[in-house]
Amino acid sequence: MVRSKRELWKAFGLVVPSLAVISVFVYAFIAWSVRTSFSAWKGMVPDYTFVGLRNYFTVFSRQRFQIDLMNTLSFTVSFLLLCVVIGILLAWLIDRNIRGEGIFRTIYLFPMSVSFVVTGVVWRWIFNPTVGINALLRQIGLGHLAWGWYTDPTRIGIFHIALIPVIIAASWQLSGYTMAMFLAGFRGIPSELTEQARIDGAGEFFILRKIYLPMLRPITLSALIVLGHFSLKIFDLVFTMTGSGPAFATDVPAIYMFETTFRGNNYGEGAVISIVMLLMVAVVIVPYLASTFRKE
Amino acid sequence: MRKVCIVLMLSIAVPALLFSAGAREAEEVNQLEIFSWWTAGGEAEGLDALFDIYSDLYPEVDVVNATVAGGAGAQAKAVLSTRMQGGNPPDSFQVHAGRGLVDTWVVADMMEPITFIYEEEGWLDAFPEGVIEMVSYEGEIYSVPANIHRSNVLWYNLEIFESNGLSAPQTIDEFFDVAEALADAGVTPLALGDVNTWEATHLLESVMLSVLGPEAYGGLWSGDTPWDGEAAKEALSVFVDMLDYVNTDHAALTWDEAAQYVIDGRAAMTVMGDWAHGYFMAMGQEPGEDYKWIPSPGTQGTFMMLSDTFGLPGGAPHRTNAVNWLKVVGSVDGQDAFNPKKGSIPARTDTDRSRYDMYLQSAMDDFAGDEIVPSVAHGAAASEAWASEVNDVVSIFVSNKNVDNAARSFARVAADHAP
Repeated sequence: MVRSKRELWKAFGLVVPSLAVISVFVYAFIAWSVRTSFSAWKGMVPDYTFVGLRNYFTVFSRQRFQIDLMNTLSFTVSFLLLCVVIGILLAWLIDRNIRGEGIFRTIYLFPMSVSFVVTGVVWRWIFNPTVGINALLRQIGLGHLAWGWYTDPTRIGIFHIALIPVIIAASWQLSGYTMAMFLAGFRGIPSELTEQARIDGAGEFFILRKIYLPMLRPITLSALIVLGHFSLKIFDLVFTMTGSGPAFATDVPAIYMFETTFRGNNYGEGAVISIVMLLMVAVVIVPYLASTFRKE
Repeated sequence: MRKVCIVLMLSIAVPALLFSAGAREAEEVNQLEIFSWWTAGGEAEGLDALFDIYSDLYPEVDVVNATVAGGAGAQAKAVLSTRMQGGNPPDSFQVHAGRGLVDTWVVADMMEPITFIYEEEGWLDAFPEGVIEMVSYEGEIYSVPANIHRSNVLWYNLEIFESNGLSAPQTIDEFFDVAEALADAGVTPLALGDVNTWEATHLLESVMLSVLGPEAYGGLWSGDTPWDGEAAKEALSVFVDMLDYVNTDHAALTWDEAAQYVIDGRAAMTVMGDWAHGYFMAMGQEPGEDYKWIPSPGTQGTFMMLSDTFGLPGGAPHRTNAVNWLKVVGSVDGQDAFNPKKGSIPARTDTDRSRYDMYLQSAMDDFAGDEIVPSVAHGAAASEAWASEVNDVVSIFVSNKNVDNAARSFARVAADHAP
């Protein structure tokens, strides 16, 4: 494509302000955090004495941080699975051209417009072991099903069962969004394919399994990336809903980072936790961006 | 192109104008901004009483109440450190006496010494020496105590104790006898609400004090008593035994919800600081009839204290107003207006005793006669960083109950932080 020099300058000029802002407020601060993570900064006065990897060793040796990493893993895997399964199911149902499709689509999407803080507070009360779902269960005579929810420190393998309510809340919030993505995916599949299959006598489930799901692979990948980076750096939902939980059953790195930095005033170690979180997200996002970039 | 340029320039200019206007406004207005985490009940009323006195004396000053909600200042401390580091301090802020003040702010050179106020107002004789020492560093005084709270108090439901023919436990052994009897009677012996972890640390510090005694307890924070020594381990295992008598849903409750269990008769006792007294009163309970108190088991003769104080940040935007505020906080009128509402005792020893209720008078007597030790759960005994790591260890300890593991972790944390 040939463009005049003038046009190029114009385009450049339009991009410069946002480039400048991003380079300061994103990349400069990342660099600054990296520097802090290698420094001896503890307390109110910045101290940039270089201490090498000392903070990294300390943080990784902390039991709380090890629990946090396990929790992030359990949370992310269960949350992604639940969102994708529910998302596909809802999208598939809505794609049947049912009456009132618009209403259902809006209802399923609504939770996404609520802030995580609100979701957290609401679900905290729903799962409160004394007055929440447990009270309901007892009323309808299923009291034996009541358990401590997010206050139960039991662990199965590396999975803290106290995370279950948090996973439910997070999936409630983002399944609708996943549904919207998959709905776009379903609509993008040429109808000739499915019609042909129907003429050949294929059942709906067969079509879902053999045509829809393979065709939805790129959408699934996008959904996983978007949801994955949400869950790796989740803070607000967990902070308002359960906090760290008993023995850190629902603790996540973001909460630990916040408390280390701003309550313990331990800026060096706080920076280490943020850098580790950044790396986790980078591992998910960078290959995806690279592959999209190459395709373009 | 021209249009684009103009739009760009405008979009930069407008916020710039707004910012500069904001800055000018702050300089011109005659304000006093007080930062605290007192948002609820008696605390907020006490603070308002102080503001009333201040406004009567200095009607031209506009008092700004900058509170951030959250027990033990959990949220507020984070907000404050951001403000202080950003060079935007309030005129005065609430800070716990002891290491919370000294290690966080004074050594960072962010506070202005206020020894001169003590000298001008003749406070050096009015406040007890031990209290002044807690707010001093290298010969200078840095804050004015507004109140004294006691941490080692056991609150109990009188009706439950009487109907079971029990009397309040004075020692750890008696505690376990009483707890066993209550458990047999179908009552939860000890209410705990440790959703924020510090509440468990609060119980632990009382147990440590009881088993180790005041001197060795102090040694935990000066580095003289080893955390993994036999005595400390014994205290930790007593704590574990106590947890057997605690309500099962403790991880979901806050301290006041635990106190409510005692009011409702679902639990018999709870160990909490004497702000619980304010909560019982607010819930319409009659002291000495519905509920009573004694020092937590085995800590008779010791007063584990914490104190809310106000200091003067370096570069306070309205320094004169702030100095006047500190004079109000430390005055007899100020102390007597604030403390009966807050449910704490005055830090001064020359106040009007008749204004305080039955519990507070008994606490005033103990404060005058007992040995004074600092509390860790409330920032007096250890720095914020140390206290925050102690909480981390406690959170795991409460659930896995592994004494050796906890002792090792406490010792490692102490090695990092002990002076």
